[in-house]
Amino acid sequence: MQDGAPPGSERAGRTCRKGEKRPMLHEPAAKSGADPAFLYKRRLGAWMFTLYAVIYAGFVIVNLTSPGLMEKTIVGGLNLAVVYGFGLIVFALILALIYNRACGRREAKLRSAAGQGGRA
Amino acid sequence: MNILSIILFVLFVAFVLGISFYFAGRAKSASGYYAAGGRIHWGINGIAFAGDYLSAASFLGICGMIATAGYDGFLYSIGYLAGWIVALFIVAEPLKRLGKYTFTDALDANYNHRGIKLMAAISTLLVSICYLIPQMVGAGVLVTPLLGLPHAVGVILVGLIVITIVATAGMTSTTYVQFIKGALLLVFSLVLVTVVLIRGLSTKPDQGGRVPFREYRTLTATEAGGSLVLEDTAWQIAAVREVKTLRFVKLLRDGRESWWKVEADAASGGLKLLESQFTARLADGSQVVNGAPASKDNILSQAGNMETIAGKTGPEAETGSLNPAKYLSLIGDSRTRIKLWKNTSFSDNGSKVTIYYPVFTTGNKILRPGQRFKVEGTATDRIDFLSLMLALFLGTAALPHILIRYYTVPSPAAARKSTIVAIAAIGFFYILTLFMGLGAMTNGVVNLLDDNMSAPLLARSFGTFLFSMISAIAFATVLGTVSGLIIAASGAVAHDLLDRFAKVIKSDKQKVYAGKVVAFVVGALAMVLGIIFKGVNVTFLVGLAFAVAASANLPSIVMMLFWKRTTARGITASIFVGVTSSIGLILFSPTMYELYGKDPLTAPFPLKNPGIISIPLSFLTLIIVSLLSRSKAKGAAPAAV
Repeated sequence: MQDGAPPGSERAGRTCRKGEKRPMLHEPAAKSGADPAFLYKRRLGAWMFTLYAVIYAGFVIVNLTSPGLMEKTIVGGLNLAVVYGFGLIVFALILALIYNRACGRREAKLRSAAGQGGRA
Repeated sequence: MNILSIILFVLFVAFVLGISFYFAGRAKSASGYYAAGGRIHWGINGIAFAGDYLSAASFLGICGMIATAGYDGFLYSIGYLAGWIVALFIVAEPLKRLGKYTFTDALDANYNHRGIKLMAAISTLLVSICYLIPQMVGAGVLVTPLLGLPHAVGVILVGLIVITIVATAGMTSTTYVQFIKGALLLVFSLVLVTVVLIRGLSTKPDQGGRVPFREYRTLTATEAGGSLVLEDTAWQIAAVREVKTLRFVKLLRDGRESWWKVEADAASGGLKLLESQFTARLADGSQVVNGAPASKDNILSQAGNMETIAGKTGPEAETGSLNPAKYLSLIGDSRTRIKLWKNTSFSDNGSKVTIYYPVFTTGNKILRPGQRFKVEGTATDRIDFLSLMLALFLGTAALPHILIRYYTVPSPAAARKSTIVAIAAIGFFYILTLFMGLGAMTNGVVNLLDDNMSAPLLARSFGTFLFSMISAIAFATVLGTVSGLIIAASGAVAHDLLDRFAKVIKSDKQKVYAGKVVAFVVGALAMVLGIIFKGVNVTFLVGLAFAVAASANLPSIVMMLFWKRTTARGITASIFVGVTSSIGLILFSPTMYELYGKDPLTAPFPLKNPGIISIPLSFLTLIIVSLLSRSKAKGAAPAAV
């Protein structure tokens, strides 16, 4: 993509937004085009955020209400604090990968449905 | 100071400046200067995110806190990483789609409102400066042992290098500097953790034979008629001090003073005295360390070791190399006893004495929250903990130097992918912090005066090369993060304020020029603040920046995306209330009262972390003002795309 060249993009801005005094206003850094998967991604993102927030809140609540539980050995000699803490970090990555895969699939599907596979 | 450190340091700086000059040609346009032309590959951007994010606070601050307070330091790791979930699922793609150079662009995209531009730019500037101070302080802390230079020289050195990086090539060179630094930090932290695990655990750590293990003495005593009687009469009691519930005695032997902590001895039913370390500033201004005049050779000993490992002690407790799970399970064992060091100060006959005394803590208490954050304490303590965890979770996605990195990639999909690379890299690093921190805690390397140096000092126990490398990377960490922050600040002033708000910028070239001038001014300001704030806790300042960012920016980003009735006035008011309430509450908090030299208990606001009040307040302001302004003037802008 050669859209990094600013003079070009400025010209494009001018033609797109006639009548605007300031050509650079509200123009994205790159032409990513309309994103038909936007609503899907926003909904999925909100759900995954909520799921993670609940599990994170669970961690904070256990610490506040029964901190003694955190010293209990859970698995392989590791206590709940370590397992839950590492778990939160690993779970973030797993959720992120699932999200990326789902978004990528939906984007590809909508692109091919719209028959414009060339536009990234 | 050693030759290898200096060579590595000079190589790093030369390399970083080389990158800047190489990419200077790409920074001629505003897009090139502020957003690297939007041409960075998502993989590189992802690691550069890690470079931006893993600042001095993460690397030095978290490891230091784990080394002195155990799991409580790791809570920061968990919270900082969780924040990326907000960045990925809520903020990444919309921000990329709506904006051009700055976070203000995205926020203002559907409104084109002067109030938003002004407030968002001011909040970006303030958060950047809050975040800059600890980085500059960190630079001074690092340069002193590394190159033997005074604090101020370190701060000025960092300032000058960073201004050069930013002014020559803007976001492009900053991105590549961050990429290289992020990658090196991950690799060498992994190396450090590997050698820590290979060394294993021992009750008499001697830094691989480099520093002999120091044995601290214990004396026995009895209490007779309200006064202490020592069993060994070679010692004379010179003074007894009670500080809250603790009792200390000053002993004299051969004319040399020493301070000891008095504890009940369960085994004998009597008392025992634990040898402590101390510093004293005498009335004439001279310094004493452990009973002798302070000098280059007479400094506080590095400390921290295990007394028993799963019930064993001495040679039979030596573990040899351990796997990561075994390492953690031995440290967290309830039969493990770890010697931590705490300190307290008081005046004694006109001299100001600070005692560093040992506290024995069982392993199961080390590997759970409670050493620093009183999760079992009063209601205020617990709300404070909740407030901190909330600010950490919501702060990341509102940090200006993180947000501008979304504009360096070509598309929203690339923004999303680079966030995932960032989560993988940063998550991996944060897991390593637990091992580095606990390694420092148990290897006798903690500097009692400044726990920020724990990770580099742990590296030094494995030889000069690792120490020099880790220190040079830590220095590069500061350079990189400061560059990112200065670009964020420069974008806020040149693009948001001068161009979009005041409309005084006439050309693309002028905007780049303005950005460079602002970079110079902010860089100079950062140097001054870095010198003024010398000695202020680095992690505290970063926590402040997170709370301010989360209160000021996050409510408007989230509501703009998810609530159709959000109005421009609502956003403007929310940012204003978020910034003023969070900073205001911090200024009246116990931590600041301590800094002012007043009694922290008299602080009008009882919490150290303002997030739990200021974040909901900012949300509420946005909702109320939006509803009011909407009912006044119908037809405000629609919600996002």
